[in-house]
Order: sequence, then structure tokens, then C-alpha cells
Amino acid sequence: MSNVLHVENVTMQFGGVVAVNNLSLDIPEGKIVALIGPNGAGKTTAFNCITGVYQPTSGLVEFMGKPMVRSTPKGKMKKQYKGQNKELYSSQSVIDPNPDHITKLGIARTFQNIRLWKSMTVFENVLIAKHMRAKQNVFSAIFRANAKEEKRMREETMALLQEQGLDKFKDELATSLPYGLQRRLEIARALATNPKLLLLDEPAAGMNPQETQELAEFIKQIRDKYNLTIFLIEHHMDLVMKISDYIYVIDFGSKIAEGVPEEIQNNQRVIDAYLGVADDDE
Amino acid sequence: MTNTLVKKNNTGKYIAIICLALVYILAILLDNFLPATSFTLMLIPVLQKGAIYALLCVSMNLLNGFTGLFSLGQAGFMLIGGYVYAAITIPAAQHDSVYQYFDSAIRFSIPEILSNVIGKGPGTIVGVIISLIIAGLIAALFAFLIGFPVLRLKSDYLAIATLGFAEIIRAVFQWEGLGAITNGSNQLRKYVTLSGMELNFGSFTLELGTLFLFVIVTVCVALVVLLINSSYGRALKAIRDDEIAAEAMGISLFKHKMISFIISSFFAGVGGALLAMFQTTIQANAFKSAMTYEILLMVVIGGIGSISGSCIASFLYIALSEWILRFLDEGSLFGLISVPFFRDGFRKVVFSVVIMIIVLFFSKGIMGDKEISFKGIGGLLTRLKNKKKKTAPAAEAVSEEGEANE
Ligand SMILES: Nc1ncnc2c1ncn2[C@@H]1O[C@H](COP(=O)(O)OP(=O)(O)O)[C@@H](O)[C@H]1O
Ligand SMILES: [Mg+2]
Repeated sequence: MSNVLHVENVTMQFGGVVAVNNLSLDIPEGKIVALIGPNGAGKTTAFNCITGVYQPTSGLVEFMGKPMVRSTPKGKMKKQYKGQNKELYSSQSVIDPNPDHITKLGIARTFQNIRLWKSMTVFENVLIAKHMRAKQNVFSAIFRANAKEEKRMREETMALLQEQGLDKFKDELATSLPYGLQRRLEIARALATNPKLLLLDEPAAGMNPQETQELAEFIKQIRDKYNLTIFLIEHHMDLVMKISDYIYVIDFGSKIAEGVPEEIQNNQRVIDAYLGVADDDE
Repeated sequence: MTNTLVKKNNTGKYIAIICLALVYILAILLDNFLPATSFTLMLIPVLQKGAIYALLCVSMNLLNGFTGLFSLGQAGFMLIGGYVYAAITIPAAQHDSVYQYFDSAIRFSIPEILSNVIGKGPGTIVGVIISLIIAGLIAALFAFLIGFPVLRLKSDYLAIATLGFAEIIRAVFQWEGLGAITNGSNQLRKYVTLSGMELNFGSFTLELGTLFLFVIVTVCVALVVLLINSSYGRALKAIRDDEIAAEAMGISLFKHKMISFIISSFFAGVGGALLAMFQTTIQANAFKSAMTYEILLMVVIGGIGSISGSCIASFLYIALSEWILRFLDEGSLFGLISVPFFRDGFRKVVFSVVIMIIVLFFSKGIMGDKEISFKGIGGLLTRLKNKKKKTAPAAEAVSEEGEANE
């Protein structure tokens, strides 16, 4: 089984703060992998390094076996650098793609604090995610030279909304939906980009136990239906333990444990790191 | 059911076409057949200037309202468009009298060249259209070049950078060193103006200035509307709403901002050229940043993110500032009662207060981010008609669906 994503020695340092420290992990194809850790551990920052929002200070990310992001400490950071493996990639060229490139390669994501386009309807929110792969340029779009393409985008969007049970809300403003549905919509929007790997940043945040239960089923369903690999950050431990094939635990930016759910549940370092914050549903 | 829908959708189109046709006919009548009274003599320039500003507002709205880029370079791109247009339409024989202190570098006139080929009237009109497009393209080229550094800046910095660009352009165009093209700080004149748009039928001359302007503006605005309603337009709105989400969904920020910037500047260039035609002379010094602010103000009054709002606001603004409020400067109320404080400049005071009230209390502008929809009007008419026929419930459902489809 091949790895869809391979993260190697990634360090992200903001000024003096090392938010992610020498993180390495692998995500095998077709699996659901979780990244857990207390608040402020650096989970979202790790996602941002993978998706191109931040250029990591140092490290390598490979997607489908090809280098996608590669970095080494530069400029002032050469002196300030507090992470490990400073020279590891210094002889290799830097690769620093924009987030849209990475999405085009086949990685889609959702956000911890929902980021839907607020002036737009549910339908438009998903339709826009189809723009990236549309076969058209700005002139053919203005002059409606390729009406078939627009029609195809609309049909696919409608089909996707139906599959996700969101079609009844299609003409409502995205932000007028209840919280749980907004999270669903954000996932639908990410699916519209035809990803191979889906990154979910706290998909159950703000959901009640019933909704969380449904979400667990839902995540498995979309994994099977769209042949996805899923990498998720989550605080709801029962959800994580139920659906994950493999779990990585980080604290203060560094990996403190990894393994299948049973191993993680019985790992003393994980229990220590989580003591007192286990029920923090923030 | 489907049949009714199709019919209804067409009603919207028909209404739009009829409205446009009426406006065009009015333009021809005003230019040719209606007697020149003090009313029409005021109405024509107000309509012309209103139309030009409508285009300028729409162009600015594309950038500020639909893409969320706070750019203040409008006057600079208008200046480029206006000067390019003027320089390439001054008749060859007039160059020495226009460029008095310089040796003019451009010795051809596109309308003149075409006139020699297909006759004076049509040649001038086609030549002017080509010149307008060139004016827009050169403005767009400048946008492309300065887009590389400035479009990577965040909002406030972008505003400062584009404002600076416009001021630099204004200075450069007055620089003696470019005098062979720009005529230094002197004005350009004798180029083809709106009154040059005419066709001769034997001894009868059909004046087409206003119509020409309206058609050009309609085409340009229609192109912007087509862009906004396309997949690219939706991507621009996504960038406006949330850049990070847009980027994460595969929309290249730089590419799309650049597209918006170039297209907006193209139409600013065309608008500047039309303004040059309207004014009959053009001088770089007049394209101050106050001009940009004025356009921005109209955009805000009309509603940021509304094309119809921009159009309504520009006509309203021009009519108020150039015409309706004039009596405030003339010392009397309706020419009857003399009011001592109605004197020069009072108009501007009242105007400023009106604008302050609008901006303070109607911050979403006239239209917010909504559009006037001819389909909606069509639906309204159908509904009224159907109510008379007492088949209201069925019709209601259909027209509602039609609106949703829109
Ligand atoms: N852009 C940034 N600039 C400076 N510090 C940041 C930035 N983004 C995240 N951090 C810091 O990195 C740490 C990890 O944050 P985050 O990844 O959001 O944690 P988590 O998602 O695990 O709760 C925090 O201490 C946060 O303050
Ligand atoms: Mg987080």
C-alpha cells in the first residue's frame, strides 16, 4: 500500500515560537488518519504547512510520491532557527506552491472556523469550487462560448448537493444554515474539487453527540464513495477512536505518540498530555 | 409548465430590449429632431456625462465591489485611455497646430485612415471604435505591468500604491520629455469628438454622438455583467468574500485579481477616452485623485457590488451636481424669490451635505448589492396580468420558479 501523503521533518517557526517541531507522518491510501493533541499543539498549523497556507521553515512534504513542499531555514531564520535538522534540505531547491496549486494536485480541506462564502448561496458555494477544473478561459466564459461546460458544472454541483442531502437548501445563503449543516456544506465544497486527500480540521466542533455520531458514519461513507484518503483533526475522542485507522498525537508541536486507536488509548504520555483537557470541546 | 417558463424568461429579455431601444431612439431624437430648448441643451450633456460615468463606476465596481480590491488608480487609467485616444485620432494635418512646442511623433489618425477607405461617416465611426479599443488596451497593458508588484499587496497598501501610480502617471504625462506624444503640459485637442459621429444622407446629416456613446457604454457594461455572471465572476466574488477559502478551493488569487484589474482598467481606459470625446479637449492635470474619489463616491451611493446601482447613481449624481442643484448658485428660487445665500458655491455645500447624509444613513447605497432584474419586472407584469385573469395561484408558482432560475 502506498502513501498518499508523506510528511518529513516539518518544522514551522513563527518568530521565536516553534508551532510544529520536526513532524513526520505518513498517510496510507484509503485510510482515515487522525491528528490529535491539546489546544495550541500545532495541529492546524501542520495542516496549513501541508496545504501551502504557510511555507514551513524547514521540511519536506510529498504527495503521491512526488515532492510538493520543500523548505530550509533562510535569511534571519538561519540564526533564529530552534527546530531540528537545520541542514537537511539546504542543498535541495525550495518548493513553495500556493494553496491553489496544492488543491489542484488533489488535496482539499475544511477549516476549523468555518469559511464559507457568506454572500453566496449553498449552490454557489459548491459551484465555485468547480471553477478550478473547468475547461474555459476568461473570454470563452464572458462570451458563453462553452455553455456546455457551465451546464456540466451546474449539473455536477446539483448531483453533489443531492448526494449530500443539501439540495433542499440550495438557494439559501450558506451562512443561514444551522452550524452542523454548514460543516457538511464545507465538506461538500471540498469534495467538489475532486480531491484524492481530504483534510478535515475539527469537523465535529460545535456538534451535539447525535450529530457527531452521524458525522462518523458520514466520513466513512464519503471515504468509500469518493475513494478518498482522509486526514482529520478532532477533539471528540470517541469519534476519533471509532473511525481512525491510525492516530498521530502531537503536543507543543512535537509528535508524542502514534499508533492504532487501542495503542493510543493506553499510551501514558497521551493520557498525561490530555489530562484536564479531555472534555474540551472548543 | 416549461413552456410558460421559457416564455417568461423571454419577457425579461424583451423588456430589456424595449427599454434599450427607447433610450436609443430618445438619443437620436435629442440629437436631431427635438428643438433645442434650454431644457434639451442641459439634458443632452447630462445624459452623455452620466453614461460615461456609469461606465467608469461599473469599471471601478468590478474591482472594488466584486473582487474586493480597494484600488484608487481609476483617474490614472482614464488619463492613459483619454490621451491614447486623443493622440491617435487627431487628423494628420492638425498635428502641427496642436503640438505647438513639440515635434509630434504620431503622424497618423486612425479615423482618417479608415475614412479614406470606406467613406467619411462610417470610416470615422469605425475608426473611433478601433481607437477606443486601443485606448482601453493600452490602459490594460499598464494595469498588467503594475499589477505584478501591487496586486500582491494587502488592501490599504494596494490603495496607496494605485493612488501613487495615478499621480505619477499624471506627472509623467505633463513631462516635457514625452512632449512629442503627450504635448507636455498643454492640452490635446482637435481629435474626433462626439459631434464628429455623424452620417450624411445627401444633404441631410444624422447626428449620432449621443447614440454612439450610449451604444458603447451599453456594450461595455453588458460585457462586465457577462463577466460577473460567469464562472470567473463567481470566483472574483469568492475572493472578495474570503480569500483564504477561495485559494483553498483552487482559485489562484493572483491570476484572478490580475484578470479583474486588467478588465477594470480596460474599461477605465475606454471611459477616459469617451470623457475626452465629451470634453473636446484633454489635459493631464485635470485627472486628479479627486476624480477617482468622485467615482468611488458614486459607486458607494449606488451600492458596492451592484451594477445597476452604479448606473443609477452616476446619472443621479451627474444630474444633481451639474443641473438640478444649479439654481442654488443662481441667487433665486425658481427664478421667483431671491434668496441671498443662494450664490456661487452654495450648490457644492448642499451637495456635500446630501452625500454625507447618504453615506451616513444609507451606507449600503441605493441598491445594496442587488440588481434591477428585467426578468423580475417581467415576472411582476405577468403576475399582474394573471391576477386580472383570476388564475393567480398557478401563475405565482411559475413566476417564483422563474425568479429562482435566474
Ligand atoms: N500565523 C501565526 N503567527 C504566529 N503564531 C502562530 C500562527 N499560527 C499559529 N500560531 C501559534 O502556533 C501554535 C499552534 O497553533 P494551532 O496550530 O492553531 O494549534 P491547534 O490547531 O493545535 O489548536 C499556537 O501557539 C499559535 O499561537
Ligand atoms: Mg486548530
